Amino acid sequence: MSANKAARIGEEVWKTRIDKVNAELVTLTYGSIVAQLCKDYEGDYIEVNKQLEKMGYNIGLRLIEDFLAKTNMGKCINFKETAETISKIGFKVFLNITPTVTNWTTDGKQFSLTFEENPLADFVELPDDGRAQNELWYSNLLCGVLRGSLEMVQMQVDAHFVSDVLRGNEVTEMRVTLIRTIDDELPPGED
Amino acid sequence: MSRQETPFVPFSPNPSLQQGTPTSTAPLKHSLTASSTSNLRYSSSRKSIYDRHLNRSQRSELSKASFAFLFGEMVQYAQKRVSGIQDLEKKLVLNFTVVLIATGVTQFDIPQGWDIVLNLHGYTIGQRLLELLLWRDGRSAKRETRILGILQFITTTLYRSVFNKPADGLEKSRDNEDEYMLIDNDPMVSSYISVPKEMSQLNCAAFVAGIIEAVLDGCLFPSRVTAHSVPTDQYPGKTVFLIKFDESVLEREAVL
Repeated sequence: MSANKAARIGEEVWKTRIDKVNAELVTLTYGSIVAQLCKDYEGDYIEVNKQLEKMGYNIGLRLIEDFLAKTNMGKCINFKETAETISKIGFKVFLNITPTVTNWTTDGKQFSLTFEENPLADFVELPDDGRAQNELWYSNLLCGVLRGSLEMVQMQVDAHFVSDVLRGNEVTEMRVTLIRTIDDELPPGED
Repeated sequence: MSRQETPFVPFSPNPSLQQGTPTSTAPLKHSLTASSTSNLRYSSSRKSIYDRHLNRSQRSELSKASFAFLFGEMVQYAQKRVSGIQDLEKKLVLNFTVVLIATGVTQFDIPQGWDIVLNLHGYTIGQRLLELLLWRDGRSAKRETRILGILQFITTTLYRSVFNKPADGLEKSRDNEDEYMLIDNDPMVSSYISVPKEMSQLNCAAFVAGIIEAVLDGCLFPSRVTAHSVPTDQYPGKTVFLIKFDESVLEREAVL
């Protein structure tokens, strides 16, 4: 499947099959969650990153079903196609953005998503405490979503942010690595 | 987990503890006094959030599923957090029981904390929404001074902008002078949430109650807003937001 085709499908599904809500409500809700975590973990941003990733993972486990139901997507033939599908269909139908897929490694197992827009981070400025800009990955939830949803379709990936405009970087970039394809196994505890 | 105030989070104090005064929304209070210069880095090619137009995201939309997923995680987190607190409280209560029985007190409540956490989340969102809404009204923005005016602002302007529909009703309590009821037949936030039977007292629309309370407080109508489920056959999710105004509001209303 070409990138163009993926973009067309994404656009089509977004326009016709998605119930929508006010974007600012989502932005503010996410902000409230992050603020709550920062408060509960008393500014331990490393732990906040972890918690956000965990929440995202929980979301991803369930989100994939919604994704497949709405888009009728079949299996991707390779990781490149997976990347295009994530960017042009996945991000499109859930967040109405299409991050750019770039920086492939030659083995085709690692790529970057660069975000021109990030609705989660609208209205956001990190705390001016000299640490948040070095430690907090504000949108870390998204990494968890990718990890959780891909795990449900037999791909174990690592996803993490390497830069974020909120930290003063020029771009917001997430690095995604395919660790392995999970073979069909019996679920643990059923042997 | 401690609930101690930390200086860096722009977070309001618990509205349930407020003595009828609106809260300050100013974030980063320490940095204002400690140093007037910001140490934040900005990317050179992008403008900071202060340079971006506030109307940019006014009409933009996101998937309802995304909101539902986020909200679901928020509720679960609130649940986990509160059960931790309740465990703690139970322990404390055990210690106090001896004292209480000795002093003749036999009944005491363990507070249900969930809705308070959700209400708080809503509250922080409401504070920000109010600012956005009024700013966008620009010159036509009106300062509401009467109870009816502010309630109409909530049922129409606020509700439309957030939920894309006006609220389904507004009633004045017959029994209590200071109580009003705002009705939502099918709150959007609860649409994907099924509450287990044993927790039937929980209404996730407490989140919306928090938003309403913040807007009322922000407009100097200090009040308490709570969400109550009143299911009907036609509307199983029907919710009544009970708005109880502070005494000072009624006194002012009488003078106006």
